Amino acid sequence: MLPPMLRLPALDVHQPANLADALALREQLGPGARWVAGGTDLLPNLKLHMVDAEHLVSLRALAELHGITVDAATGELCIGAATRLADLAADPDVLAHAPVLAFAAGRVASPQLRNMGTLGGNLCLDTRCRYINQSELWREALGGCLKSHGTECHVVPGGQGCVAALSSDTAPVLIVHGAAIDVLGPHGASRSVAVADLYDTDGLQHVRLEDGEVLVRVRVPRQPATARHAYRKWAARASIDFPLVSVALRLDLATTGLDLASATGTATLAGGQLAVGVLGPRPRVLDLGRFAGRPVDEALALELGDFAFARCHPLPNVPYDAAYRRERLAVEVRRAVRGMA
Amino acid sequence: MSAGVGGSAGQTVGGTPGRIVGGRHGKIDAIDAMVGATKYTDDLSLPRMLHAKLVRSPYAHARIVRIDTSRAEALEGVHAVITGADMPERYGVIPWTPDEQALAADKARFVGDAVAAVAAVSEEVAAAACQLVHVQWEVLPALTTPAAALASPLRIHEANKHGNVTKHVHLDFGDVDAGLRDAALVVEGHYGFHGSTHAPLEPHCAIGWQDAAGLLTVWSSTQVPHYLHRELAKVLGLPAHRIRVIQPAVGGAFGGKSEPFDLEFAAALLAIRTGRPVKLLYTREEVFLAHRGRHPFDMHYRTGFAADGRILAVDAKSVLDGGAYSSFGLVTTYYSGQLLASPYVFGAYRFDSTRVYTNKPACGPKRGHGSVQPRFAIEVQLDKAARALAIDPIELRRRNFIGADSRTINGFHVGSNGFLECLDKVEEASGWRARRGHLPRGRGLGVAGSTYISGTNYCIYPSDLPQSGVQLCLDRSGRVRVFAGTSDIGQGSTTMLATLVADELGVALDDVRVLAADTDLTPVDLGAYSSRITLMAGNAALVAARDLSGKVKAAVAEKWQCAARDIVLCDRRAQRLDDPAVHVSIQQAFQWAEAKFGTLGSVGSYDTPRQDVHGDYRGGTIGASPAYSFTAHVVEVEVDEETGDVRVLHCWCAHDCGKALSPVLVEGQIEGSVYMGLAEALLEHHEAMPSGLRDDGRRRDPGPGRDGLLMASSLLDYRMPTALDVGEFHALIVEHPDPRGPHGAKEAGEGPLHSAIPALCNAIFDAVGVRIDELPVTPAKILAGLRAQRAAAANAHRPMPATPTGSQ
Repeated sequence: MLPPMLRLPALDVHQPANLADALALREQLGPGARWVAGGTDLLPNLKLHMVDAEHLVSLRALAELHGITVDAATGELCIGAATRLADLAADPDVLAHAPVLAFAAGRVASPQLRNMGTLGGNLCLDTRCRYINQSELWREALGGCLKSHGTECHVVPGGQGCVAALSSDTAPVLIVHGAAIDVLGPHGASRSVAVADLYDTDGLQHVRLEDGEVLVRVRVPRQPATARHAYRKWAARASIDFPLVSVALRLDLATTGLDLASATGTATLAGGQLAVGVLGPRPRVLDLGRFAGRPVDEALALELGDFAFARCHPLPNVPYDAAYRRERLAVEVRRAVRGMA
Repeated sequence: MSAGVGGSAGQTVGGTPGRIVGGRHGKIDAIDAMVGATKYTDDLSLPRMLHAKLVRSPYAHARIVRIDTSRAEALEGVHAVITGADMPERYGVIPWTPDEQALAADKARFVGDAVAAVAAVSEEVAAAACQLVHVQWEVLPALTTPAAALASPLRIHEANKHGNVTKHVHLDFGDVDAGLRDAALVVEGHYGFHGSTHAPLEPHCAIGWQDAAGLLTVWSSTQVPHYLHRELAKVLGLPAHRIRVIQPAVGGAFGGKSEPFDLEFAAALLAIRTGRPVKLLYTREEVFLAHRGRHPFDMHYRTGFAADGRILAVDAKSVLDGGAYSSFGLVTTYYSGQLLASPYVFGAYRFDSTRVYTNKPACGPKRGHGSVQPRFAIEVQLDKAARALAIDPIELRRRNFIGADSRTINGFHVGSNGFLECLDKVEEASGWRARRGHLPRGRGLGVAGSTYISGTNYCIYPSDLPQSGVQLCLDRSGRVRVFAGTSDIGQGSTTMLATLVADELGVALDDVRVLAADTDLTPVDLGAYSSRITLMAGNAALVAARDLSGKVKAAVAEKWQCAARDIVLCDRRAQRLDDPAVHVSIQQAFQWAEAKFGTLGSVGSYDTPRQDVHGDYRGGTIGASPAYSFTAHVVEVEVDEETGDVRVLHCWCAHDCGKALSPVLVEGQIEGSVYMGLAEALLEHHEAMPSGLRDDGRRRDPGPGRDGLLMASSLLDYRMPTALDVGEFHALIVEHPDPRGPHGAKEAGEGPLHSAIPALCNAIFDAVGVRIDELPVTPAKILAGLRAQRAAAANAHRPMPATPTGSQ
């Protein structure tokens, strides 16, 4: 049986042989062209006529976007943007140097989608909203919204900016790892952007990449021995779903090596970072410096949960009860801390 | 858990030697489905075939002022455009409530109501043409809740005599008020049951084609070819003998394909208009719009109990949210009360049910039609009573057992009844006695019981004709051909027929060819609904098979100079009963019979008993069934008190199916039912946005907007559980053969769903003391319940009990 699906609009797919050709082609094709890697986000959106494209330029076969290496001198982990999420989740170097990134990659969607979806694609995921990711009939019935041929925001009545949410599992994790991306522009101009600076608060244009720029690789610096990481995702189901709550946490401990724990058996906090996803177009990043000196214990877990609850306000932009998502966020933060205590 | 399926589909292991019935075999058509070779409707392609799409309303409630199709017709590649005016005849699967049109001609009654259809050379062109159909609308206020619809002077169906009430049923049995007055305990509760839908993997699809001689053929993924046949004739104005309906393999239906839909009429008329085959395939969203799923129920129950736990009186009041059309709603409204009076004795019983039109996709029959919602309410009521009266909930149910060969208070005759054994089995398998009350807080066990029909005594249109017919032919190669109108929607009716016929005629399952659901080639069967096929078509098949086995035995007996009763047909042989060493191949036996009698064919039919099986009052036939199945569930849950997550660890389900003709298939139906029931209780929700008010409380102007828009019309947003989200299911077969069933068989496809849901909620209460009386179960409701519990405990200035077991 053929899977029931909407039809893709007519478009041309280009498969350049190398990165230089890809950039040149993209420039030549102009604004009607889009990059495609795994296509797991773009193709459904094209079928729903949420985005338009006349040309797709495939990044899958570009050698420059593949490969996972570790710099022997700096310990920096370098991951090609076209690395499939399934490969990322199972890669020995990633498991050794950034196991929580591997874990998060392994929690994206479902096995089939991870076999197609890429790390670059997960970072450039389009924002999602219950009023956007719908059929044309549904959006017509709604009367459109800021992101869909309309003028009214249905999430925030009277709102002037689109608050569709970034549902990337890997972005919050990369932020708390201090990761950066390398970007190549139309004429070979390269630049580097911290993942923490990659996103804007505008749900219509939330990724700060210029048209025609391509995300080449992700660089994850070596994490100090005092750093502890965790990622927690909550969705209504254990597979397939986008996160409804996502929390990446890094705790920097005051001591290193085997002396992590004090005489009381509890490590002391020097600082840290919390990155919360699925709130709006960009992850909310909270510095935990104010908690320096505190023992990493249940009291801290509760307090960090309360801190996240006070600072984060999930909106009814993605499915599910927003008030519950806020409560759940606090619980997931607590549990992230408990996993490290 | 269930043992494996031994060998290939054609082989049977276990059971009685020489018999197919009761042995462990798979479905005869399973291998095709497993390798992807099964041909579903959308897999069919005919020469010169066109593709059709439907124009759907973006308004929940709007009058059609005019439709201009000229621009669409002018688009290159478009062959025909039709509107409601082309098929104005009103129809309905229930002949008493014909309130639908193939394409709405006067007004749209929900977002997605189809008003026009386009046939073109491709789906893309058809979709583009749909955008060019201009509809001038007069937008009306959307009434998206029963309360709004009941309060409004505006009628969703102008012709309806009772405002927006589609059906009201009030039935009284015995003195309810006296029963409640005399009760030692009255449990009163308000219960909410939310909407859910079938979500079959295969979307609806239809192909129409009229040949040169004028015969119209419609292939459709329907579960009721016969009713579709009738309605096509009515709406298209063609005599039935000029229409042929073929049901190819169906990839799931669950009640969601049990009436005609816009696509079948549209594909048929477009085929007639264009002279070419026309295919119309729903998108996934359109499957959600077609709906006909579980009605949302708002229920108020008062149940009176004697101190020993006996049910003295039940007073039930329900409001059913019907959606835009009647569908099976007349029956649903009766079922909401009629199917509740078993397996327990009700001293007195009254129910009052009102089904209301709303501007949302129409509700209809979903697995366990109309009786899953009231079953939830009564089984939670029983749990509350058991706690208040300090009686074990299983024991309380035993004390109210109605018994076999009994009569319900509303007049239905119950034949075989294995409910007590169902209770025994789940009690033992779950370790109930040793474990209940001794689990740590957060873990709990809950029980519930239920009953369901094996078909209905009366056809949905007045008829003296058989409900099911089967035709058989024996082939001189040793093969058996079965012709039956039955719809296999995955439940295994084709295998059921093969099993009964092979068993009777002594051939292997592999030797039986079943040709089903083709109105030109097969006798009528009314369809796959109300769990009727095993009992009805099964009986018809047995009649036909026994006719032929008699002839084969007579021919063999003549050769061997013995009596026909001394011949046994089994294991592809005819042999002497007293001396199995004397035997011939079944092929030879068939040839002897063909030589003696000529070409070997037979027919069998089944009709339901009409005497003394139902109540003597208006509506007293609705709910009457030849045989009733019984089910008991125990669910074990773990509740996370920090997140509100509820995890089902185990569900034990014991089901009295009379006789398991194919135990592997019965276990599959039990597991599938449990999955579906728990899924709708915990995750699935077919829900439309409320009308009128915006989130900020301001009233919106009428116009496009949120009114009646489905919150979940994709398989991403409509969350069916994945394999990681379900617990361990334990299917326990109970066999109390019913004299009315073939070999005693009753239904197995729907009953095992019902009590899974109240058993789950009763287990949640056992775990953490929180009652979920409004479905679905959500983590937020659990947390709210726990907060209320803490507040109550704080007010009472006493600590929480360690475990709520034993407390009320």
